[in-house]
Amino acid sequence: MSKASKIAFLNPLSKENPVIVQVLGICSALAVTTKLEPAFVMTLSVVAVLALSNVIISLIRKTIPTSIRIIVQLVVVAALVVMVDQVLKAYNYEVSKQLSVFIGLIITNCILMGRLEAFALNNGPWLSFLDGVGNGLGYGMILVIVAFFRELLGSGTLFGYQVVPDSWYEMGYMNNGMMILPPMALITVACIIWVHRSRNKELQEK
Amino acid sequence: MKKQSNSYTLIYSIGLVFLVGVLLSIVYQALKPMQDQNIADDKKKQILSAALVVPTADESISELYDKTIVDAYVVNSSGEKVSANADAFDVDVAAEVKKPADERLLPVFVANTDEGVKYILPIYGAGLWGPIWGYVSFNADGQTIYGAYFAHQGETPGLGAEIETPTFQSQFSGKSLFRDDEFRSLAVSKVGQEPTDRDYVHAISGGTITSQGVGAMFENSLAPYESFFKQLKLNAK
Repeated sequence: MSKASKIAFLNPLSKENPVIVQVLGICSALAVTTKLEPAFVMTLSVVAVLALSNVIISLIRKTIPTSIRIIVQLVVVAALVVMVDQVLKAYNYEVSKQLSVFIGLIITNCILMGRLEAFALNNGPWLSFLDGVGNGLGYGMILVIVAFFRELLGSGTLFGYQVVPDSWYEMGYMNNGMMILPPMALITVACIIWVHRSRNKELQEK
Repeated sequence: MKKQSNSYTLIYSIGLVFLVGVLLSIVYQALKPMQDQNIADDKKKQILSAALVVPTADESISELYDKTIVDAYVVNSSGEKVSANADAFDVDVAAEVKKPADERLLPVFVANTDEGVKYILPIYGAGLWGPIWGYVSFNADGQTIYGAYFAHQGETPGLGAEIETPTFQSQFSGKSLFRDDEFRSLAVSKVGQEPTDRDYVHAISGGTITSQGVGAMFENSLAPYESFFKQLKLNAK
């Protein structure tokens, strides 16, 4: 792998992470992280949409009239999102019911427009593909970490399977209902940012 | 043609929209049968859960539904069976509840469970943000509720969305819509404001509008079944 492709793929995972460094896509990070399963499906959907739209825009970047480039980007993204939604409805109805509006909201996920504008319009298809996958995974990584803690502490389960033993409940342990509510997602994201910044000194604001 | 010219932009956008349109309709057509199947299965699952029948892992919903639901028919507000080419499963409850009571098609699903025969009726109403709906199962004499299932489109998680939880739904078992042989519906009331003239369940704290929606949904959707309930009671004697 060349140096450029390494940067395109690996940077979004940590140093330029869309959620915890650029603080993009927070809305869906709050909404789909009460359970691990929707968080995973959301990650896959965003990776697919982001990688494909990056590649498509990158392929047609030289033909797009500058005055309507944002509209062209939106059309491409919207078409891909509708397709993901239709495929989910056909193959995984339960999850599509849970994610319902959030799949549609991928269209408005700032990460997508951000990457299309900042990267795909100026780079070739292969690099754009890596950039899309990298950013999708960087976003999904945070989603999954947040969902892990929220599901474990809020429902005592992981992927729907109970992991907190019954004996704990008998001794008086209770699931923390607060974890299910949206504010706790923000606080969990904040904790991740805290840990991440303390390990990457160059990201700290003076 | 110059890339910045108006005609290039115009042709480009028309071409793009056309292409995307064709592509999306192909995807939609190809996946439609599977989606319809999923939607039907989901509805069957909702109907079954109102009768407290839960599928085991190795059982398909359709099989369990065919086994449990022994009969399904449509009645009118006088409690008579309507035969005019109406399939209970295909009745659009959302459209029916908007009609005057005596013009409605009222679906009835008859379930044969381990606990005896249950009658399952669909209900439909409005919550805070969007529609709420559900199914209520009644014991064979039509007087007491056996189980209830509610779903919603977009109520607030933790507040209105709590109507989906077993904690809320299990409150309905054993309640009656009748008092002294008169249809009174069911109240969803706050603690301390319980009515004395009818049965009640407790509302969700913080989910006031959704709770009121559930109460109104019961009244509006089930009142036309009054004659049907009375017939069930007569038959049970």
